[in-house]
Amino acid sequence: MKLLHHIGAYFIMLRLVFIKPTKAKVMQKLIFQDVQDLIIGSLGIVGFLSFFVGGVVSIQTALNIESPLIPKNLVGFATRQSVILEFAPTFMCIILAGKVGSFITSSIGTMRVTEQIDALEVMGINSVNYLVFPKIVSMILLPLVINISMFLGILGGYAATLYGGFSSSADFIEGIQMDFEPFHVAYAFIKTLLFAMVLATIPSYHGYFMKGGALEVGKAATVAFVWTSVVIIVLNYFVTQLLLA
Amino acid sequence: MIELRDIRKSFDGVEVLKGISMTFEPGKTNLIIGQSGSGKTVLLKCLLGLHQPDGGTMLFNNRAFGEMDDDEQRTLRREMGMVFQGSALFDSMTVLENVMFPMQMLTKQSETAIRKAAEEVIERVNLVESNHKLPAELSGGMQKRVAIARAIVMKPKYLFCDEPNSGLDPKTAIVIDNLVREITQENNITTVINSHDMNSVMEIGDTILFLKNGVKAWKGSKELIFKTDNKAICDFVYSSNLMKKVKEMYQ
Ligand SMILES: Nc1ncnc2c1ncn2[C@@H]1O[C@H](COP(=O)(O)OP(=O)(O)O)[C@@H](O)[C@H]1O
Ligand SMILES: [Mg+2]
Repeated sequence: MKLLHHIGAYFIMLRLVFIKPTKAKVMQKLIFQDVQDLIIGSLGIVGFLSFFVGGVVSIQTALNIESPLIPKNLVGFATRQSVILEFAPTFMCIILAGKVGSFITSSIGTMRVTEQIDALEVMGINSVNYLVFPKIVSMILLPLVINISMFLGILGGYAATLYGGFSSSADFIEGIQMDFEPFHVAYAFIKTLLFAMVLATIPSYHGYFMKGGALEVGKAATVAFVWTSVVIIVLNYFVTQLLLA
Repeated sequence: MIELRDIRKSFDGVEVLKGISMTFEPGKTNLIIGQSGSGKTVLLKCLLGLHQPDGGTMLFNNRAFGEMDDDEQRTLRREMGMVFQGSALFDSMTVLENVMFPMQMLTKQSETAIRKAAEEVIERVNLVESNHKLPAELSGGMQKRVAIARAIVMKPKYLFCDEPNSGLDPKTAIVIDNLVREITQENNITTVINSHDMNSVMEIGDTILFLKNGVKAWKGSKELIFKTDNKAICDFVYSSNLMKKVKEMYQ
């Protein structure tokens, strides 16, 4: 029952995002700020994680092929597939649910508990549009971040393979070019965009409608992280079923 | 002028305002006093349109809020300024940006005109040389001044202040109270102030509405508050040892 109430309130909020827009000049500034905080601010952690996890994926693959019958280029192939299909789009978005999501929930939640949202409403400003719209727009850039994650993930795999001596450079490169399906990249970007919208809106919902004080801001951020990751994982299942199966 | 007739408001079946009627006059500082939890903030938020009352009528210069269409309500909103309890300054903006913000959002004036208007009100609240500071760099009293400046920059007809001096030392509190009063008189604003502080009552209590458990338990002024023998208001006024002492010496 409670869940239904939240789902209803969430969609009502989404509708409010797109009506009674804020002045373009002001909105532009808000969007730049959010691109800075949400997108640029995530590049470091995403790059770092991608490089190392890509490395681990290739080591694991290499260690699991003992049989001489399996071609050495499989290491590159497996790294490419897992990075492009799941690791970069899904795993990174879960990480960002923690980073970007808790930032969104706590910044909007703090505005709620300190009555800054009431102050906006008193001025006759559509606070939902003012706060959530710029986050949605800046998160449209998320596929770029995921693109970088893919590149660095594969690069990490390449580096680990060479450093560990699991296969030759030529084998690895042959592997990452083998049976390449451009649609897989499209699939990854489509789901990234979907996750981006989830990442922008569910944490916003939890911040916007929170009650209480500073302590509850922290709690709201945790709850928002849980729900954002659950929704991403479930959506991932359905999108994969729909697009690849 | 604001007139309230039988305003009611409940949350989850609990009645917080149980039929409040009152008139708030322009050019005066109208106080709503009462203990914490007596419904002062809820009443103020009803006036602001942040809460929808469950029943009753609110008249702004004789026009019922409920009968206005969206456009008229929006126009009315622009005639209101609000000073929130915790100041509610936008913490990512400087003092000047905070004060310019309502005008940037709601008027079509040029940036220079807006800046000039903002600088004028900042000067009016005696806050110079802090224009480029962030709210976090200001003291509580200075934050209140910025909040007041932001509330009056659009030249409102109605000004609402939720405990404008809470969290301030007594001296600063009185300075803020009197600043609000001066601005009210200069511009003939209908000002409604929430307070639980007897100092404010004594300084600026032109008219006083005393709320107790969501009911209007008493109304009057700072002159009348010491002459009444209404039990509820006496309990409130003489709750501190200081006030008890003053009463003994006076008698
Ligand atoms: N949004 C809300 N939802 C539920 N209850 C509320 C809400 N706002 C206020 N209340 C309740 O209304 C009562 C009066 O609160 P309030 O007006 O804030 O008191 P105060 O006189 O201290 O300003 C309190 O019991 C409070 O719990
Ligand atoms: Mg209050």
